[in-house]
Amino acid sequence: MSSIGTGYDLSVTTFSPDGRVFQIEYAAKAVDNSGTVIGIRCKDGIVMGVEKLIASKMMLPGSNRRIHSVNRHSGMAVAGLAADGRQIVARAKSEATNYQSVYGEPIPVKELAERVASYVHLCTLYWWLRPFGCGIILGGYDRDGPQLYMVEPSGISYRYFGAAIGKGKQAAKTEIEKLKLSEMTCREGVIEVAKIIYKVHDEAKDKAFELEMSWVCDESKQQHQKVPGDLLEEAKAAARTALEEMDAD
Amino acid sequence: MDLNMDLNAPHSMGTTIIGVTYNGGVVLGADSRTSTGMYVANRASDKITQLTDNVYVCRSGSAADSQLVSDYVRYFLHQHTIQLGQPATVKVAANLIRLISYNNKNMLETGLIVGGWDKYEGGKIYGIPLGGTLIEQPFAIGGSGSSYLYGFFDQAWKEGMTKDEAEQLVVKAVSLAIARDGASGGVVRTVVINSEGVTRNFYPGDKLQLWHEELEPQNSLLDILNSPSPEPMNI
Repeated sequence: MSSIGTGYDLSVTTFSPDGRVFQIEYAAKAVDNSGTVIGIRCKDGIVMGVEKLIASKMMLPGSNRRIHSVNRHSGMAVAGLAADGRQIVARAKSEATNYQSVYGEPIPVKELAERVASYVHLCTLYWWLRPFGCGIILGGYDRDGPQLYMVEPSGISYRYFGAAIGKGKQAAKTEIEKLKLSEMTCREGVIEVAKIIYKVHDEAKDKAFELEMSWVCDESKQQHQKVPGDLLEEAKAAARTALEEMDAD
Repeated sequence: MDLNMDLNAPHSMGTTIIGVTYNGGVVLGADSRTSTGMYVANRASDKITQLTDNVYVCRSGSAADSQLVSDYVRYFLHQHTIQLGQPATVKVAANLIRLISYNNKNMLETGLIVGGWDKYEGGKIYGIPLGGTLIEQPFAIGGSGSSYLYGFFDQAWKEGMTKDEAEQLVVKAVSLAIARDGASGGVVRTVVINSEGVTRNFYPGDKLQLWHEELEPQNSLLDILNSPSPEPMNI
């Protein structure tokens, strides 16, 4: 599904005759080529998971983190160009601490999402900047409960029950829609996220991958943290079993 | 009488200001005297200023400083409310006041009491005295008249009062302070804030009860001469 810009795609400050900005669409392609990232909102919190494609067997497991904590109660999972993602995370952390200094309370997730989206959008307005080549899934828990947002390279940001970006996003979205999220706890959600990521991982095209997951929920005392080691292992095991059952059919 | 009164002295609110939490909200109270030296520039001023629909502030110290600080914070809170999409919390309002008070402490001379109601914490009172400290309290007193109220509140304050008890306490306290503090006077204004909204009340100075050694107001000695017992100071 490639569209040729033919001259209207040389700068992010140029519209095409049919009203598109091609550079932003190309930035979105960078996200589509990255490993799958999903996030779901369960009844008591958020779970995020990343399919971290391993470039080399020499890499240390646990390195190259794709999920970052922005402040105590929010975290971001990044898909696309990793270096661009680092920049956005740094900005988000800065916005969060600034909000806390001025208003004396932790930044509401809605505010944080708006500020991140604003920043991403900013880089689509000037010819001397290029758009960020990353999609972000932002999950947080504030006094209005758990909330999940997704920010695209265009700067669009929406709130979701479940979101997926990257290679397997179509398949992942289909799987997420099957889940009954409003009745699920985060503990159950972790297992489901693992299953989905294992399922959408393309063994043929991609080599090994590492599963990285985080949550922020009542069980984690509304703090954003890596999913505890034993639960993560349990999730991985359940996911592998589910895959084998599927293959056996 | 000092004919060389300094009418150009800075307007200062001698003031008595009070903020009290009760079971369901807060009651803010203040006197109404603004003085320029010994001259009462405004005997009916309103020292309880609105910041948002649900948060008010009692002002003391320099009238100009406290007005400006309130104006800035009202402006910031307005923007904040729009961005947030819901009413600002009392804590945020108090924090903004504190930031301005603290960061400009060398230039400002104003003590403020922020009080209001929000859906997360209910009724809250925050005291922000001269240096820019922020302290959340079940009740707060401020202004020159407050010196005379510390002992009174130690004895009369209790947790979980009703709305009427709290308001009566505030009116009594301001009235006592007015009796003893030369820089406080005029009328007693109160503002009650709770989940249902905001109510302003007004207690004229001459309707307040008389305390120890206070005399009945007398318009003219001539009135007394015509009364049954023409002995003016014999009470």
